[in-house]
Amino acid sequence: MGFIDYIKRLFRSRAAVQKLPQGSLTVDRDGVIITCTVSSAYPKTLLDEIGNEVLAVFQEARDAQLPLTEVNIHYGSFLLTARELRGGVIIFLLPQSARTQLPT
Amino acid sequence: MEAPYKILILDDEADWLELCRDVFAQLPSKPEIRTCTSSSRALGMLDSEPYRLLILDLKMPRMDGLQVLSVVRRRYPELRTVVLSGLEDEELRSRAYALGADLYWLKNDMQRDSKMFLECLESLLGRDLDGGFRGIQSKGLMDIIQLECLSRSSTVLRITRGPLVGKLWFQNGELLDAEAEGARGEVAFRRILAWKSGSFENLPAEPSRERTITKPINALLLESAQTMDENANPASETQFIDARHRHTVWKLSLLVREGADFVIAVPPEGQGEPEAIGTQAVDLAAWTRHTTEVARQLGEKMEAGPLLHLTARSQEKRLAIFSSGNRSFLIGWPLDVADKKLLENSKRIVASWDS
Repeated sequence: MGFIDYIKRLFRSRAAVQKLPQGSLTVDRDGVIITCTVSSAYPKTLLDEIGNEVLAVFQEARDAQLPLTEVNIHYGSFLLTARELRGGVIIFLLPQSARTQLPT
Repeated sequence: MEAPYKILILDDEADWLELCRDVFAQLPSKPEIRTCTSSSRALGMLDSEPYRLLILDLKMPRMDGLQVLSVVRRRYPELRTVVLSGLEDEELRSRAYALGADLYWLKNDMQRDSKMFLECLESLLGRDLDGGFRGIQSKGLMDIIQLECLSRSSTVLRITRGPLVGKLWFQNGELLDAEAEGARGEVAFRRILAWKSGSFENLPAEPSRERTITKPINALLLESAQTMDENANPASETQFIDARHRHTVWKLSLLVREGADFVIAVPPEGQGEPEAIGTQAVDLAAWTRHTTEVARQLGEKMEAGPLLHLTARSQEKRLAIFSSGNRSFLIGWPLDVADKKLLENSKRIVASWDS
């Protein structure tokens, strides 16, 4: 039994690791995702949230008299690049590995 | 009798794992050594039983070492992590440390100097057993220097504050030399002491280092403390205005030197006013604060590792947002600034801001 429990725990924990999203999504000015190339296994609610929050960053910058054309958010192992798209936004999601040259 | 500690070694090369097994078998505490060639399996193993130390490579297929580090640091805060990489790259080294690695060691160095590497591992494994404490975040640099002197250490103290790097050479508790920002000797020592925070590591002693500092360490520390105290607590209002003026001029000259257009230092909401140099657009402070917070929260939800920085582009400017302590810094740059300069100089501005 001990061995079976060990195997169960091993597989349960492997499933719990959330893979980083990879691909792109376009969001219109109302925050609706128009196109998306991120794996369908990735939670849709999280993609919606990413789209809305990034869109808000552009809108708030416009309100502060600083209309932006591009925003890059650099994380320890991930890069999010967003470009303004006629009021909407296109977002690129790129996991960063040790092989990846860090862009700015 | 206590069970031996467990070490998990993660690398996609089976031959290398075999070599590591042989080398780590020489550790005095005789830990149990497990190996694994896949990141997801390693995370499963860490979940299934307690490990003391994870030694991992960076270059691996699917989930690489940096991603494993970011997951591990959050899930198992007690687990010690050592990066053993074949990549001699300062950028990677700092990314690994930023993700919470305890040690970054090159594979070549491990083979060349396995004795020192094993000593480091043994120290990481047994630190709690020896009754010592981990981390001395509340101690200032002056305390650390005094500790080195009182314990008559022979070592090289490498101090980093963001992109700024300084070194202090000690031999039998005496300060031989200092080096920072292109300066040496007492000047470098004062510059290092002016850094408000940072991290340090002990490197092997270099007894043959040329001596440039002859003053006793206590005299040097006292002089530096007096200077810092006078700057921080001016005696009269005139001195206060003078000090503030000097500060503003110094910060402007820092901007000019690094080539930036403006800086806005933004404290957390309700904790003081933003400080803007080179711009009147303090409206951007709220945007900076909110954007940083949004980025941080998104990073946590995606499990993307810690937020390093943001960059942005408008029709007229390029922007960088960095965080330091509890403040965010919005730095404006001309549109034609090179990527590398924007990053490196922004880091330098943030690191030097309060010095």
